[in-house]
Amino acid sequence: MFKRVINDAIADVVFDFEGAKITARSGESVAAALLADDLLSFRQTPVKDLARGPFCMMGVCFDCLMVIDGQPNRQACQVVATSGMKVARQHGAAELNIDQADPA
Amino acid sequence: MSTSYDAIVVGGGLLGSAVGYGLARQGLRCTILDEGDVAYRAARGNFGLVWVQSKGIGKPIYADWTMGSAERYPEFSTELLDRTGIDTSYSAPGGIHICLNDEEYEDRVEKMSTLTSHQNGRFKHEMLDRKAMLERLPALGPEVVGGSYSPHDGHVSPLYLMRSMQRAFVDLGGEIKNDNRVLDIQKSGDGFSVRTANENFSTARIVLAAGLGNKALAPMVGLEQPVRPVKGQIIVTERQAPFLDMPTTHARQTGEGTIMIGDSHEDIGFDIRSTPQVMQTIANRARRSFPVLSKAKIVRTWGALRVMTPDGLPIYDQSETMPGAFTAACHSGVTLAATHAMVYAKYVADGQLGRELEGLSVRRFDV
Repeated sequence: MFKRVINDAIADVVFDFEGAKITARSGESVAAALLADDLLSFRQTPVKDLARGPFCMMGVCFDCLMVIDGQPNRQACQVVATSGMKVARQHGAAELNIDQADPA
Repeated sequence: MSTSYDAIVVGGGLLGSAVGYGLARQGLRCTILDEGDVAYRAARGNFGLVWVQSKGIGKPIYADWTMGSAERYPEFSTELLDRTGIDTSYSAPGGIHICLNDEEYEDRVEKMSTLTSHQNGRFKHEMLDRKAMLERLPALGPEVVGGSYSPHDGHVSPLYLMRSMQRAFVDLGGEIKNDNRVLDIQKSGDGFSVRTANENFSTARIVLAAGLGNKALAPMVGLEQPVRPVKGQIIVTERQAPFLDMPTTHARQTGEGTIMIGDSHEDIGFDIRSTPQVMQTIANRARRSFPVLSKAKIVRTWGALRVMTPDGLPIYDQSETMPGAFTAACHSGVTLAATHAMVYAKYVADGQLGRELEGLSVRRFDV
């Protein structure tokens, strides 16, 4: 669906998306790389459990939320892809794990 | 040429919308005149608590008035849902005030016993030690020494509440006119003529419910309204899976999952900016109460102005020189919404304020 405008550069970044290897050009956001790989559903909404994907690609719509390196609700359009990253879809709301709370 | 109404409500916030809906519900032909988006809009800063356990300590008249509204809330929110299909997310699981040290706890014990003594057992509460608090709110942190629980407390989405009251008002034939800042009110025959920036209206009754704007409007009907702005700042986090089963004074989890953090008070005039210092203060208290919140990302912060009276209690009056003209001011537009719509609006329609409101007249400030 989405194609890179410039295709001469080398896609030299490799990260993990739910077990699949995704390649990205250096400097690309996680969202851009995944869109180029034809992923459209980035998360399921917390209230109505509906699929959502990136809409604005500039950090304001919060529809590209993903779990990136274990951290929930990251804006995939604002995170530069790096090699070895682990990325997964955000299913519903993030869980605040009471047992793992930092001491106040 | 002017349009004629049974009643005009000046102010389209939580108070004006509740009163307008209440009047339309009585069958009055009513319009709400709203200043527009230049208004300060206290409703923007409302935290959404339907809160009994802090209101009217040492002031039984206010404690009773608040309790009355909380008791009407289940019927009120169901009525709004039936009329509009809008779910205001109202729930009343009870509410908790958290104490972070012994001094706060002792102060709370005293306040709760004062409130109990006002109401002959109508006000119910429990003082909870740390263990009992953890049973209700397992996410509480190690600094929490105890707190107070009241079954009367609850919360609601202020946004959906506002929308549902305005929708219900319009469905009943009411009109909301934005961009109509009121410039002049004159007695005219049995009623009033009202001039705004855009139009002229005539009406049998008029209710001034314009928040901080009431200060300038009240003298037009022969009354005073000594209100001043008190800024509150709010932090809201991203949506989280449910972890907080009931609202607390400083933090609550909304129906959608966001966590609202607030309860700052600043007396610094007409300034609605959010500031790092105050945000840090309220965030710190929330983090000490619920350490797990340090993992939650903040998505928005903002400030808004409460409508504060000299003693913090609401003011209700009918003008003696211009009967049919009413003023109303309060800082608890959400908590009191049910009573404003179901009780106060009846008083306005009848042309006579209830006797329980005598002590809430602006005359109490006369020396």
